[in-house]
Amino acid sequence: MAHLSDPVWSFLYFYVGMLHWRSKNEGKLYPFICQTGEISTVEAAVQSHSSRDAGMQTDQSEETIQNLNLQKEAPVDYAGLLSFLQGVEDVVIKELNKNWRSHAFDGYEVNWVDQNETVFCLHSLSCPEAQDQKLQVTSISWNATGSVVACSYGRLDDGDWSTEKSYVCTWNLDRRGLNPKRPDLVVDVPSSVMCLAFHPSQPSLIVGGLYSGEVLIWDTSRIEDPLIWRTGMTDDTHTDPVYQVDWLQDSKHSHHFQILSVSTDGKILVWRTQRDGQLTLVEGFALVAQQIPWSMKLKKRTRGETAVGVTSLSFSCFDPSVFIIGVEGGYSLKCSTAVETAAVPRTGSSVPLKAPAEFAFSPHGGPVYCVSCSPFHRNLFLSGGTDGHVHLHSMLQAQPLISLQLSKKYLFSVRWSPVRPLVFAAATGEGEVQLFDFGKSSQKPAVSVKQASAQTAVYCIEFNFKQPQLLAAGDASGMLKIWQLSSDFIQQGPREMNHLEQLANEVTD
Amino acid sequence: MAEVEETLKRIQAHKGVIGTIVVNAEGIPIRTTLDNSTTVQYAGLLHQLTMKARSTVRDIDPQNDLTFLRIRSKKHEIMVAPDKEYLLIVIQNPCE
Repeated sequence: MAHLSDPVWSFLYFYVGMLHWRSKNEGKLYPFICQTGEISTVEAAVQSHSSRDAGMQTDQSEETIQNLNLQKEAPVDYAGLLSFLQGVEDVVIKELNKNWRSHAFDGYEVNWVDQNETVFCLHSLSCPEAQDQKLQVTSISWNATGSVVACSYGRLDDGDWSTEKSYVCTWNLDRRGLNPKRPDLVVDVPSSVMCLAFHPSQPSLIVGGLYSGEVLIWDTSRIEDPLIWRTGMTDDTHTDPVYQVDWLQDSKHSHHFQILSVSTDGKILVWRTQRDGQLTLVEGFALVAQQIPWSMKLKKRTRGETAVGVTSLSFSCFDPSVFIIGVEGGYSLKCSTAVETAAVPRTGSSVPLKAPAEFAFSPHGGPVYCVSCSPFHRNLFLSGGTDGHVHLHSMLQAQPLISLQLSKKYLFSVRWSPVRPLVFAAATGEGEVQLFDFGKSSQKPAVSVKQASAQTAVYCIEFNFKQPQLLAAGDASGMLKIWQLSSDFIQQGPREMNHLEQLANEVTD
Repeated sequence: MAEVEETLKRIQAHKGVIGTIVVNAEGIPIRTTLDNSTTVQYAGLLHQLTMKARSTVRDIDPQNDLTFLRIRSKKHEIMVAPDKEYLLIVIQNPCE
């Protein structure tokens, strides 16, 4: 460090010294002295701030950020928190008790949106070819997107073998210029189609079961030749009409689907698609009268194999191995796919068949043509029979919880609503579609709409899972009607689940 | 600390109570009986709503103040007990 006052540095003398030069004229010497200005120098030392490294990452999911927020636990003043909680506890508990007992809002509804008061017919769809032959609508299915409805034509009132041609038709309801008298696609089928089911995720695949016992799969996106898989007529094929088909998720590969078919020959068969367009048998169940665990309380026993022609099936929405079947003898049976018992030997099947029945419920007075497991309660299911009754069953007891006569003729189809736990729809032999709401009455239907004349039975109904306001119903005159449901059948009420639970817990034994 | 949990447990044990959340003045949940995403959603939204409700009450009458907030919905009843430091949110099913 230097000090400006330091005498050594303060002045610098430069002696230019003797600058000599000779001049011709004078030859004198001049002495010079000069002095530079003061040069000040300063030294200083600096040091940079201490450095820090920071890392950051941007790809954090929102969930973990929220976790952090919670875990960060802003410093809590426990004394303050405690005094706050003690202060409000009494008030809150008083209000909680008051609210629990209060009935002030019972039945109070706010009209936030325009309510559709009535159930009305949105479309009346028909297929001219099928109407010319006077074919009936035997089955309906909505596709995975909920915009395409398919129906199959055939005959349900005629037990004869016939080689009469029939059809599968599809309409896209969201399509502009929908022509109700002209389906988007008409597939010719050599035999009467008894049942139909769209693939649960692929919107263009339909499986159908024929009167001849065959099971076929069509791809509606292939207009030229929609048939892509068939069982053919092998030893494995059903020997009686196929009454229901469905898609089953493969337990090993969740994106693979198998096809399930039930028939009045007493077999429930599971098929797998092969590359060569064949459906091959993977698994099978057979119902034989001797192997059915008839409940001791059921005195009336039916002998012989006619008792076990399977006419309908519904899988539990809660346990994928449990299903309910309805049989021609009027019984509904609880079955399981997990059984190991072999069915009494039958010939001709390439896969050993198993006996699935675990429990028999009290019978209807006629064949059970429809069963439907509740999408909201694991034990509840409905069965509808040709005696015109619908039974609400709990899987835990043989006797029905509720038995209602909805029709003086037959009852062909019952379906639970996919959105309202207490609502189901039924199709009657008198040409009516009845909508039942246990929340309103457990005795009579909330709404009953006339689909067709009294002589024309409604054979099938199907709710749309994607657009819950739509209900499709098909009848014996070959008409497929799309009903628009009123708002009260779409919006779940406040205490419906509790009510359903109560229904399920009523013991009648 | 233990007493805080005790009090919350007592409230949670009441009939029909689905969840209890304590929120601090910044709207950050500090105690909850619900899952994270639900808690964060309830805490943020109800904190805002309570502040709005309080300013409404005080704008109408500056001598007045919000003491309790109840929200009746189709499915639930949400009760909010406010304080300068904390909010207690209780979500309850309506009566049977």
